[in-house]
Amino acid sequence: MTASKNTIGRLLPYLLVGIYFGIIFTKSEVISWFRIQEMFRFQAFHMYGIIGSAVVVAALSIQIIKRFNIRSFDGSEINIPPKVMGKGTRYWLGGIIFGLGWALTGACPGPMFALVGSGVPVMLVAIAAAVAGTYTYGVLRPKLPH
Amino acid sequence: MIDFISQPWPWYVAGPLIGIVVPILFLIGGKQFGLSENLRHMCAMLPGKAEFFNYDWKNGAWNLTLILGIVIGGWIGTSLLANPDPIGISDATKSDLALLGITGFDGMLPMDIFSFEGLASMRGFLMIVVGGFLVGFGTRYAGGCTSGHAISGLADLQLPSLVAVIGFFVGGLIATFLLLPIIL
Repeated sequence: MTASKNTIGRLLPYLLVGIYFGIIFTKSEVISWFRIQEMFRFQAFHMYGIIGSAVVVAALSIQIIKRFNIRSFDGSEINIPPKVMGKGTRYWLGGIIFGLGWALTGACPGPMFALVGSGVPVMLVAIAAAVAGTYTYGVLRPKLPH
Repeated sequence: MIDFISQPWPWYVAGPLIGIVVPILFLIGGKQFGLSENLRHMCAMLPGKAEFFNYDWKNGAWNLTLILGIVIGGWIGTSLLANPDPIGISDATKSDLALLGITGFDGMLPMDIFSFEGLASMRGFLMIVVGGFLVGFGTRYAGGCTSGHAISGLADLQLPSLVAVIGFFVGGLIATFLLLPIIL
């Protein structure tokens, strides 16, 4: 997709999906640091139920898309690129680093943005730090085991 | 109706509503659900960048638009659809956190830490700045976050995503049971 296709008409659906997400994230309290603590302490089913049922619905949908070769609305084929395992280092090590940050901030990248909207402006600092973290990864990438 | 949707939504409502976005994004424009990509796009906007960010960030405009929507949705969810009650987390979690010195359960998070005053304290700095940095570094290293691996990846039965999600939990448990008792 080239920049010229970034018209308001093309981007509007994504804005609506985002608003929908922001409302769900907030109303289901997944943006809550307390809920993330409750999850990591295995003291409620709430977060597991949300992630688990989201995966089930998404998995069934993907199976239907693949089984019936469903195309996107503009008629193009839907490609779901498989992830390459390689040695797997990036997945477990990167995963652990992400998990440490997830439990400290109580927010993963999506909820960080919802929190800004819901009146926690200091999350902008967390987002800036996350951008710095991503940038640091980009710089160190050639030296890291993947 | 507004009363009903102002209550916290149960998992069996929220989970499927989140999951259905995966096929919706595929259908709208063949896009794969993954929110941490946006952190990379923001790096790609910066000047003097590393090879990894050497691409046109405008290709990710759809995803950046989506997170702008999330900010707006977060505002709607807490203002127009505000829930007046304190958060309904389990008593066990409340008493565990109280032992660590967290006592206010009024908002979505401990406001004394997640505020600009809190940021100036050591624990606020570690949780907001260091925590945020680790989220950004780890998610790109792992190639995805909760949305890209735990939801999109697991739903597509990708083994690398399962490894990443197990990693998320190992890291989260270390932070919860080893780091937070020291930090708080």
